[in-house]
Amino acid sequence: MDSVTKRYPDGTVAVDRLSLEIPDRSITVLVGPSGCGKTTTLRMINRMVEPSEGTILLDGEDLQQQPVTTLRRSMGYVIQNAGLFQHRTILDNIATVPRMIGWGKQKSRERAAELMARVGLDASLAKRYPYQLSGGQQQRVGVARALAADPPVLLMDEPFSAVDPVVRKGLQDELLRIQDELGKTIVFVTHDIDEAIKLGTMVAVMRTGGRLAQFAPPAELLSAPADDFVEDFLGADRGIRRLSFFSSAALETTTGPVVRADATAEQLAAADGAPHLLVTDADDRPLGWAEPGDLAAGDLAGARLLSHGRPFVPGADSLRAALDCAVLSPTGWAVAVDGEGRVTGVVSQQTIGEAIRSAHGAAGPAETRAEEPADGTKVAP
Amino acid sequence: MNVLHFVNAFFSDSAHWHGYDGIPARLLEHVQYTLLALGLAAAVGLPAGLLTGHTGRGGNAVAFVATAARALPSFGLLVLIAVAVGIGLLPVMIPLVVLAVPPILVTTYEAVRSVDPSPVDAARGLGMHERGILFRVELPVALPLILSGLRSAAIQVVSTATIAAYVSLGGLGRYIIDGLYQRDFEKVVGGATLVALMALVTLAVFWAAGRLAVSPGVRRR
Ligand SMILES: Nc1ncnc2c1ncn2[C@@H]1O[C@H](COP(=O)(O)OP(=O)(O)O)[C@@H](O)[C@H]1O
Ligand SMILES: [Mg+2]
Repeated sequence: MDSVTKRYPDGTVAVDRLSLEIPDRSITVLVGPSGCGKTTTLRMINRMVEPSEGTILLDGEDLQQQPVTTLRRSMGYVIQNAGLFQHRTILDNIATVPRMIGWGKQKSRERAAELMARVGLDASLAKRYPYQLSGGQQQRVGVARALAADPPVLLMDEPFSAVDPVVRKGLQDELLRIQDELGKTIVFVTHDIDEAIKLGTMVAVMRTGGRLAQFAPPAELLSAPADDFVEDFLGADRGIRRLSFFSSAALETTTGPVVRADATAEQLAAADGAPHLLVTDADDRPLGWAEPGDLAAGDLAGARLLSHGRPFVPGADSLRAALDCAVLSPTGWAVAVDGEGRVTGVVSQQTIGEAIRSAHGAAGPAETRAEEPADGTKVAP
Repeated sequence: MNVLHFVNAFFSDSAHWHGYDGIPARLLEHVQYTLLALGLAAAVGLPAGLLTGHTGRGGNAVAFVATAARALPSFGLLVLIAVAVGIGLLPVMIPLVVLAVPPILVTTYEAVRSVDPSPVDAARGLGMHERGILFRVELPVALPLILSGLRSAAIQVVSTATIAAYVSLGGLGRYIIDGLYQRDFEKVVGGATLVALMALVTLAVFWAAGRLAVSPGVRRR
């Protein structure tokens, strides 16, 4: 998008000289307060709104070059309330675009069934009508319908805003999974900064008046907000949230305070000195924390145990998750487990704090370039 | 002597079941007038209502046409046109069509206007042509309301088509007018009963059409 402006007939300037280079095959999120011109920007990409000034190029070619319906059919479109056709079954809703571009009925339906599976909809819903589905399911149908003819571009306008937080998280995870498989160029509009940070490879923060405030990968947004507006918009706990982008792989865990439930007196003595001991079962799964004085050799599981809290998986989880485990742990120590849930060690808040400091040091004063494509190192928050 | 007696007498008289003045013949005539008038009114009202409803333009014109047409008395129009062009089918059809257009036009317009805008937006965004949006997105959802407009038009035409008899045409109005003229109340009541029955049949026909044509996803059952 090159210096694009949209002025509505009533004089409202919804988008003001916006220049943006949207990278291929990744998720670009437009985020900002309500009324800042996100929807207008998105709708200029499929020409539901025509810009007043400036040009929009797609793969170097002006959008105005091709017929508008051809353009739109090459871009999936998902809106807030899904906008399903209530007179059509779920299967036929999804088959809309394939039917429109002349695929046969049979082929379109087969494709639709394939997409239902892809977006996590049970095949038994195929013959239902939209009113028989929950909001979250309807939104999945909306995504499937947009993907049906395999368009290279996907435009999404607050697609998950109308569903409750639990369902929203499921839909977000699903979108990331689908994106891993399909590698579409997605432009995603939201007013929710957390959603932007979770989904975006690049995030464009817009301010009221339709101006671009910052365009950067999420980690950079959190470490180096361009100005007070962006900083405010990110919210008070951006330091904590930034930890989502650091891996917990480098955390030094210790097995010193870890004892099996059938530990002998010598083994107990070896662990002596630790303020708390983590008791595990014979398969190394955590049972709980105990005070060393409460323990008698032979059957530790019988002792009074404190909850071990939610464990984290070093490498797979972020430093934020590890810190969260430590903060929630009654002893202040976080429990590290492997993929099978077997204890690999424990780590103190202090050690995590040191890891945070060194991670920040390594990231450096993050004056990194906005053009830099985000690498794929984002870890689960 | 009560109404039921007249009804009974009328329908049990076998003479009323044969010939050009028999019940089947008059009923058929009445149905023909109704269908013709309704067909003409739909040919005017449906496209106009769909188009204005889809584009959102011309709402004021729709309201004006509807009000103006409702203000015209059917019987007065009949007499006026009969005087102007003479007796025949035309002076009957014009007031019937004028009567039937407003409910069809106005409800069709309103029905299309009131369709949820988000599926329309989605369809447009997915690259559907405007004609496709009107016929494959808006019309199926607006259909129950459109049918209800057609139904009120049909009911009004069924009862008003009796005026055809005033200009020497047939239909069920024949019994009522001839009966009144001949002081044959059996005939008057019989004719009126048949008109009422036809109105009920019309309701049933539209109910069935709704079941068949409206998607279960719109009916929500
Ligand atoms: N069709 C329109 N006519 C006039 N003003 C509009 C129209 N659509 C949006 N606007 C105005 O443009 C601004 C940006 O709107 P929008 O792009 O919908 O914002 P967002 O999606 O970020 O909430 C708002 O002030 C809105 O009122
Ligand atoms: Mg919006």
